Amino acid sequence: MLFVMLCGIGINAVDCWPLRCAKTLIKICNREEGPMDLSYGPEYEDFRSEVRTFIEKNKEKAPAPGMGMQHPGQREQEWQRLLIENGYTCRTIPREYGGYGAEPDILKTVIIQEEFTRANVNSGLSGQGIAMLVPTLLERGTEEQKKKFIEPTITGEIYWCQGYSEPGSGSDLASLRTNAYVEDGNFVINGQKIWTSSAHFADWCFILVRTEPDAPKHEGISYILMDMQTPGIEVRPLVTMTGAAEFNETFLTDVRVPVENVVGERGEGWKVANTTLKHERGMLGDPSQAMGRVESIVRILESETMDGKRLMDNPHYRDRLVAAQAKVHALKYHSMRLLTCTLKNEDPGVSRLIVKYFGTTLSRELSDIALDALGEIGSLYSGSKHLRSHGSWQWRNMFDLGLIIGGGTSQIQKNIISERGLGMPREPKVAEGK
Amino acid sequence: MEFGLSEDQRLLEDSVRRFTGDLLPLERIRELAAEKTGFSEEIWQGLVDLAAPGVIIPEEYGGAEFKMLDAMIIQEALGRTCAPVPYTGTAIMAPVALLSGGTDEQKEEWLPQIAAGDCKVGVGVTENINIREGKGITVSGGKASGDALFVIDGGPADLYILAAGKDNMVIVPRDAAGVSVEPLTTIDYTRMTCEVTLDNVEADLLGGEGGAGDAITQTIMAGRLALAADLLGAADVMIEKAVEYALERKQFDRVIGSYQAVKHMCAEMVTELDPYRSLVWYAAHAFDEVPEEAHVSTLLAKAGISEAGRFVARTATEVHGGMGFTDLMGLHYWYKRVNVDRQLLGGAEVLREEAAVAQGWIKAA
Repeated sequence: MLFVMLCGIGINAVDCWPLRCAKTLIKICNREEGPMDLSYGPEYEDFRSEVRTFIEKNKEKAPAPGMGMQHPGQREQEWQRLLIENGYTCRTIPREYGGYGAEPDILKTVIIQEEFTRANVNSGLSGQGIAMLVPTLLERGTEEQKKKFIEPTITGEIYWCQGYSEPGSGSDLASLRTNAYVEDGNFVINGQKIWTSSAHFADWCFILVRTEPDAPKHEGISYILMDMQTPGIEVRPLVTMTGAAEFNETFLTDVRVPVENVVGERGEGWKVANTTLKHERGMLGDPSQAMGRVESIVRILESETMDGKRLMDNPHYRDRLVAAQAKVHALKYHSMRLLTCTLKNEDPGVSRLIVKYFGTTLSRELSDIALDALGEIGSLYSGSKHLRSHGSWQWRNMFDLGLIIGGGTSQIQKNIISERGLGMPREPKVAEGK
Repeated sequence: MEFGLSEDQRLLEDSVRRFTGDLLPLERIRELAAEKTGFSEEIWQGLVDLAAPGVIIPEEYGGAEFKMLDAMIIQEALGRTCAPVPYTGTAIMAPVALLSGGTDEQKEEWLPQIAAGDCKVGVGVTENINIREGKGITVSGGKASGDALFVIDGGPADLYILAAGKDNMVIVPRDAAGVSVEPLTTIDYTRMTCEVTLDNVEADLLGGEGGAGDAITQTIMAGRLALAADLLGAADVMIEKAVEYALERKQFDRVIGSYQAVKHMCAEMVTELDPYRSLVWYAAHAFDEVPEEAHVSTLLAKAGISEAGRFVARTATEVHGGMGFTDLMGLHYWYKRVNVDRQLLGGAEVLREEAAVAQGWIKAA
């Protein structure tokens, strides 16, 4: 619009236009328009107070926040239904499939998150079924699949696990070898999956299986919905370095699944799975957890002592804390910038691609600082009166490493950042047999 | 909710970047740097034509009355081209000092001259951050004496605004009796700091005796913001140059940018630097709109971007291999710009300590 105005002023473009334009620009820009508006506006502040009122009125019914590794029980399911009815979770899922049926509105979603976090009240069920399977079914599922699975999934009656990774197929997921042939209207599945978190209590599994052995690797995979009660499935807990069994290995021997349980066409599974990945990539970096960690570390440094002096008075720990805090603040405003891009339908390019690598590395840096500040006490893990925060800093520190590796390792992230974000070429493939 | 540059600001950014980009190709930067004056009349006049020296000065004093964020967009563009102009001292720090502490007479005397580009200002506040070699200026009986080190843009300046203790700033024309100026040639030849020595100089005190305490704080903050924005521009260009080089340079029959060892360095650079763009924007926004958060945001922005910038300056040079180390490639102009931005007005450790004090975590030393 301004360019039109500039042309109207009659600038001679040949006569060093940038200089003159910019001069004119400075003079004519309308400075009334505020570029940075960090408030949400009255309509949204009204919505915020509605959310607050709801939370205040209903919070006694809520189960404790942060559901553990178990199937949602009656209390969780009732709370989930109440949240859906009021539009505080599963907001955009159509009513015909049991959702609230609202138009997408990212600011409202952010406000809901903020308010439930602020009140420390359970914000409803999460998990891969709700986060990944439901969006995929909405986009690629048959009407029958949508009717059968979406409502019980979002209410927590059906809990899902994800069968993607295999022992031999991690970063190179499309090389997966779990296979199926068709017999009497069933896929007969054989193979092994790994990192199947929740498989030991999940009701169903969305699984990637090679069904077209002769097709190129990305075109031979199908996306299949598998009932975990089917004979031939064996789930073994996979104990991690934290000592807990956060994951499983899942062994599949002649598991028979009706062919109508494929989502999309046979052989299209890679594309179908990428529908979900697209939703996952759409997620915003969430700096609130990192902000919370900074506050926790401040409390540690202010309350703990070493040689009778507050840890905060030790310049080493203090300096590390502030150095990490600078990154946390950068992430906070970076996330606001990304949110603005989403609202304006702009592609922030490489700025979005860096979030996983930056955020997971930063989380680990923060838990490192907490442990180091606690010194020998920081190494305690359980069963001691000297333990701090139930040993959770050690658990977080190890789990942070898991998050650096999981969901695309930092090295894979760097490939994505440099290839998609900076336009650098892929590493050429090494020819077979060399 | 909107966090980002407005349409107007993007146009401003685009215009200033075109202007500096056209006037400052590498060969021109090389010629100007060789002069070691930190000043190019041509570029400065261009900025004057842009109305840039008066960017934050109110209209009543002949300025454009823009916001600090707009001023930072210009500063970033100058960092991107290693522009040899005294913008930080003249257009950012001096106006902030005068506006936050000056008397009406002082504002009327100096701000219109600054806005018109007729007065270049060197600003000295280093001793109010940390004192080295026992330097500093004292005022007694209306006369100022002492040394101010690392006066920002002091080389080409016509006027100096120098802190003298915690509560005073003196306004001293360069040609006043008793003023001597010694250039301090840093690794960065595109800007020139200096040491200003005053020997019993008739002192015009900003805002009168003891009236500049708040102005000093604001001036330091504005200067730090500007250095962070300048560093952002210079480091961002270094990443672009590294990626560009990695896509051209071939070894073992492949462009080196196809090796993960090299492209991961590029990914690390952009990941370290890019989030600070948002923090610099926020700190600049806070300077005008959220004063209670401006101080800590500025400290964290400059401390953080100084670390990211040093990493980028080193890594981008490494991506260029031996050529990066040579003068031929010219990459070192940006390297030096980044590293001097880092040191001026408080290095990362100094800023972090100040941030801990500002948040009430420890008492001031």
